[in-house]
Formats: sequence, C-alpha cells, structure tokens
Amino acid sequence: MTPNILAYAFAFPVLGIFLGLVYKGIDRRVSARLTSRIGPPIRQPFWDVGKLLLKETVVPENAISWLFNAMPLIALASSMTLLLYIPFGVLKAPLEGYGDLIVVLYLLTLQSLAMAIGGFASGSPFSSVGAQREMVLMMSYEMPLATVIVGFALIYRSFSLTTIASTPVWSIVGPIAGLGVIMLFIALLIVTPAELAKLPFDIAEAETEIAEGMLAEYSGRNLALFYLSDAVRGFAMAALEVVLFIPFTLSSIFNLNLTGASLYTVEALWFLFKVLVVYLLAVTLVRTSFARFRIEQASRIFWVYVNIIALVGLALVWMGV
Amino acid sequence: MGKLYSFKRSLWVFHASGGSCNGCDIEIIATLTPRYDAERFGIKLVGSPRHADVLLVTGAIPRDFADKLRRIYDQMSDPKAVVVVGNCGTSGGLFYDSYNLVGPIDEIIPVDVYVPGCPPRPEAIIDGVVKAWLKIEKLEKQLEGGE
Ligand code: SF4
Repeated sequence: MTPNILAYAFAFPVLGIFLGLVYKGIDRRVSARLTSRIGPPIRQPFWDVGKLLLKETVVPENAISWLFNAMPLIALASSMTLLLYIPFGVLKAPLEGYGDLIVVLYLLTLQSLAMAIGGFASGSPFSSVGAQREMVLMMSYEMPLATVIVGFALIYRSFSLTTIASTPVWSIVGPIAGLGVIMLFIALLIVTPAELAKLPFDIAEAETEIAEGMLAEYSGRNLALFYLSDAVRGFAMAALEVVLFIPFTLSSIFNLNLTGASLYTVEALWFLFKVLVVYLLAVTLVRTSFARFRIEQASRIFWVYVNIIALVGLALVWMGV
Repeated sequence: MGKLYSFKRSLWVFHASGGSCNGCDIEIIATLTPRYDAERFGIKLVGSPRHADVLLVTGAIPRDFADKLRRIYDQMSDPKAVVVVGNCGTSGGLFYDSYNLVGPIDEIIPVDVYVPGCPPRPEAIIDGVVKAWLKIEKLEKQLEGGE
C-alpha cells in the first residue's frame, strides 16, 4: 500500500459521509416538493446525526449487548468499504485491485445482514419481526442482483470494476446484448429501493406497523451509525449503477481536451450529477409515489417479475456476446 | 448555538394516544400535510419511543393505560420532553372527574408543554413541539454545568 492509497482511504470515507448526507438531504427536499410541501433544508440530515450523537444510548436489558453494539459499527464499516471499491468518475477506486464485483455483492449483503442481526440481538419482538422480514427480502432480491453481476462478467470476461469503468458497456455490446443490458439495468433499478430499505420495500423498518422494525431498540450513537451507514450506502449504490450503466465521461461526449485539475473537477462534478439523477429516479421518485408492499408481495415481485426481467436480460446478453 | 443547535432543528416526535377521541390525533397528522408541513422544521414522527426526543400524549388517561404511558416515557432516551395535546390530557376536558380516569397526565409523567384546545389547531401543536426544545436545552445546560 502506497501512502497515496492510504490518503485516499482516509479521505474517501469522510467525503462519503458528507456526500451521503447531502444526497439524503436533497432526497428529502425533493420528496417534499413532489408532495407540494416545502420540506426540510438540505442540511437537515447533518442536524439529525448531530442530535443523535448527543442523545443517550440505551442498551435494552434483554439484548445481547456486544452484538447489539457491534452491528451498527459493522454496518457503517461495510458501507464505507463499499465506497472504496467504486471508481469515482475518472479517479481510480482506492481499493482497486484488491477485490471486484463479487466483493461488492458481499458488502451490499453484509450491511443488511448487520441490521438483521442487530434486530435479532435487541431482544424485542418488533425487532425480531423486522429482522425476519429483512432476511426474507434479502433472499428475494439477492438473485436478480447476482444475475446482473453475472451478466457483466459475461460481457467483460472479468469481475473487475476498473475494467468495467474504463470501457463503457454500450460500446462493446451489439444490439441484442444492448437490449439485455437495458433489462439488467431495469432489474437493478427495481432492486435499489429494496437494497436501501426505502419505500415501497422498507417492510423491515415499517414504522407504522412494527415500530421501526429492526431499529426499534436502537437509540443515540448506535442509531446515528445506522443512519450514516444508510446514507453512505444510498450514495454508493447509486454510484455503482452509474459506474456500471452510465459510464460516459463528459470529455468523451463533447470531445473536450481537458487535462490536469480541470479534467478532474469537471468529471467529478459530472459524476456527482449522474449519481444524483440515478438517486432521484431510483429512490426519491419511487419512494414518494408508492405505498409499502406486504412482505409476500415484495417477495413475489422479486422472485417472479424482477427475476424474469433479469434472466431474460442475461439470456440476451449471452446470445449477443 | 453550538452543540445544542442540532436539537433545535431536529426534534423527533413519538405519539402516544391514551383515551383520546381521535380528534387530537387527526390534528397531529394534519401538521404533516402540505399545508402545515412540520418537516420544514425538522420535526418528524417516528415509530419507536427509543428514537424520540419529544413524547406527544393525547387524550385523558384511563386506569389501564397509566403504567403503559409510564413505560413509554421510561423507554425514551435522554434528553426528552413531554408535550400534552388537547384539553383532555391537560385537565380531563369533557371527561373531567370521570370514575375510570387517573387524572391529568402531569400526575403520571412530568409534562413540559401544554397545548390546550379541543382539538388544538395544527399551528399550536407545532408551536408546542418547538417549545419543547427549550426544556431539552435547559437539561443539556444542567448536564454541562454538572460536569
Ligand atoms: S381534547 Fe377534544 S379533540 Fe382532543 S382527545 Fe379530548 S375530546 Fe378529543
């Protein structure tokens, strides 16, 4: 590990938390505007975290306290690590070469798993119900998610994210495989709200039926950690989609001849913009327009419909490559 | 300002309904609608008392509910404040002196803000919640002074 990578490794999580919270703020603001409300200021998530850090942290009497306290840390750590694997526009991913799409898949799972284990460890019936629902949901959306990743492995003959980011997927696929890639994109967009536990798939955290589900017993610092990990993961997931499906750089579209700092600034802003668009489409718009599904409905949607979309996409990619 | 500022801008509210007639509860939901939009001020309804900074209690408290209310209050993490919404909770309202009530809420748990009215207007409820942070600020000051 060179000092450069270490510097990245420290700068990225701070940047990730900042961007995650800003995107969460924008998300809340836009969602409010869509329902013709004014909505909270974009700084709101920062205040929320600041307040949660000030509050008392309660560990319930019948919780398994070490598990209960460890899980928020693991959740945050896994979303941060996830961020380190994502190439940031033209910047290389800090952990490039130390893992690939398979690791990304595991890290995405690990965060949900940490929340579910935390829910089981809190020893409250609401949390247990929430954790069980989360497990069922995870089993449902994991299959389409894996299908998308297999599709990419078929196209590139590699699992490496850097390879994928360096050549846009659209430039190496034919028309049939291109159709397949579009279907994989749709499948991944539908998986996104479930992966991020947002409406209409926030069944595991339903605040009205099961008192916030898995998070019911969490408070203070632990809740703040979950809040942060949720924000970072939202950003990372949208960024992952941009890297996989919308990798066009601004300079390649307009044939700009930028070099040095201006290239990095322009491309970074362009990347952030693309992430924002994906975030608003896949999370904000969906979460504002839909009501919560029941768990068996969500399961059916993923196992039957989304799976069909993803598998047909995979078949098209396989025929086209 | 300083550290306490985030408290002022982010109050999470848990709503416990005692023997309310549902009038007050509907008005609480009305504060979240586009017309009043309490989220502007960072006020958010949460589903678990553990997450909450402010406990909103509506309705007169029947005998059976008293110890449950006490438990909800105990489950909230410090610092916390209690806001009573409606005449029923403040004084008994139209159920004053009823044989199955255990008196106004301030005889069961410490109350910080009273919002009278039957039911109160949504503006008054938002105002009550915003006032609750005064108490939280006072508690914080005490804690800091005690250290
Ligand atoms: S104060 Fe009035 S509106 Fe509120 S619960 Fe009592 S009777 Fe109903």
